[in-house]
Amino acid sequence: MTEKISSLSRRNFLKNAGVTAGTLVVASTLPSFNAVLFAAVKRNTKGPWYGIAIDIEKCIGCGTCAKTCKIENNVPQEPFFFRSWVEQYTIRKDGTLNVVSPNGGIDGFTQTVPTDQIEKTFFVPKMCNHCAKSPCVQVCPVGATYETEDGIVLVDEKYCIGCKYCIQACPYGCRYFHPEKKVVDKCTLCFHRIKKGMNPACMDNCPTKARISGDLNDPESAISKFLRTKNVYVLKPHLNTGSKLYYNALNQEVR
Amino acid sequence: MPLHLKRLLMTGVVIVSLFLLLKHALTPFSFGQFGHYRGNSIAEIAALPVHFVGNKSCESCHDTIVTMKSESYHSDLSCEGCHGAAYKHIENPKTEKLIKPNTREFCGKCHSINPARPAKAIVQQNIKDHHPEANCVKCHNPHQP
Repeated sequence: MTEKISSLSRRNFLKNAGVTAGTLVVASTLPSFNAVLFAAVKRNTKGPWYGIAIDIEKCIGCGTCAKTCKIENNVPQEPFFFRSWVEQYTIRKDGTLNVVSPNGGIDGFTQTVPTDQIEKTFFVPKMCNHCAKSPCVQVCPVGATYETEDGIVLVDEKYCIGCKYCIQACPYGCRYFHPEKKVVDKCTLCFHRIKKGMNPACMDNCPTKARISGDLNDPESAISKFLRTKNVYVLKPHLNTGSKLYYNALNQEVR
Repeated sequence: MPLHLKRLLMTGVVIVSLFLLLKHALTPFSFGQFGHYRGNSIAEIAALPVHFVGNKSCESCHDTIVTMKSESYHSDLSCEGCHGAAYKHIENPKTEKLIKPNTREFCGKCHSINPARPAKAIVQQNIKDHHPEANCVKCHNPHQP
């Protein structure tokens, strides 16, 4: 009985509290518990580290990127399967927003909002952000989607079980379920082209050269120069996805 | 060791070794080579066929048109952006013909008036008023607009 009381004594309480606090402080410096390390965006510094840059001031909304992407990568032609697409944003003078993307922009755009009501309007081409810390990769239960060492997010279509969890996890809506293959499909940054020394199909065929991709580790690459000379912004930076799709002149209304 | 514990141990060993054997048989050969995924899939994706072959391939036969285009307003355009993917055409140029889009709607995808298009990025026309009776290519050579 006396021992039980002594285990709750002030001396023991302080001792236990001290040990607990000390353990927590020591543990917090370990890599797996380190909040700073966890929040940091990892980056491959040895080989290439691919990124994308889109200049909204140059995009004319012709939809060639969306059209060529479908042909290059055998994406179904139905208007709801896209690896790459274009959205037309219109901000009205009363502050309301109108976002349209008929057939991903492949058939061209028309402006339905009367000109006198328009405050601002522009095109936003969208595609996979090839995040360095992809939420879609983190949720895959079988390891069928992954980030390569050069920073490209790919899907192994032979290993994908089609659970579609990654489609829900992607905050940018960049994945779709392939109706014939019954697996998830997404932009590969034309992995088969860049490994042969070519540019992605959407970038080669863009008539105004509004989109470029390349090695962020090479200071002389076109994309590194773009990032140095423009005020770039990524989509949803608060999600800390480590997005590598940089937009020039991106409006804050774009989601 | 008592017999009933021995039996339990044996059953445990059999179950664990069965699990390891099955795991070994069901895991693809290259899984875990670079990370938590099948390493061979990288090479499989990299080996996919290319459809858009690029302007260099067009030059070898259509050099006059490519030169004409490269000195015009359309110099930045890729041939296949309008004519479609040429991967079949470069192998069988006689039988696999490319498209020659000439409709007003096609030109309008870039050149019709839209406030969303940056004015300094592209020349724009009201395609409903601008000579609606004829196709654009009647007056404008797309390779030398």
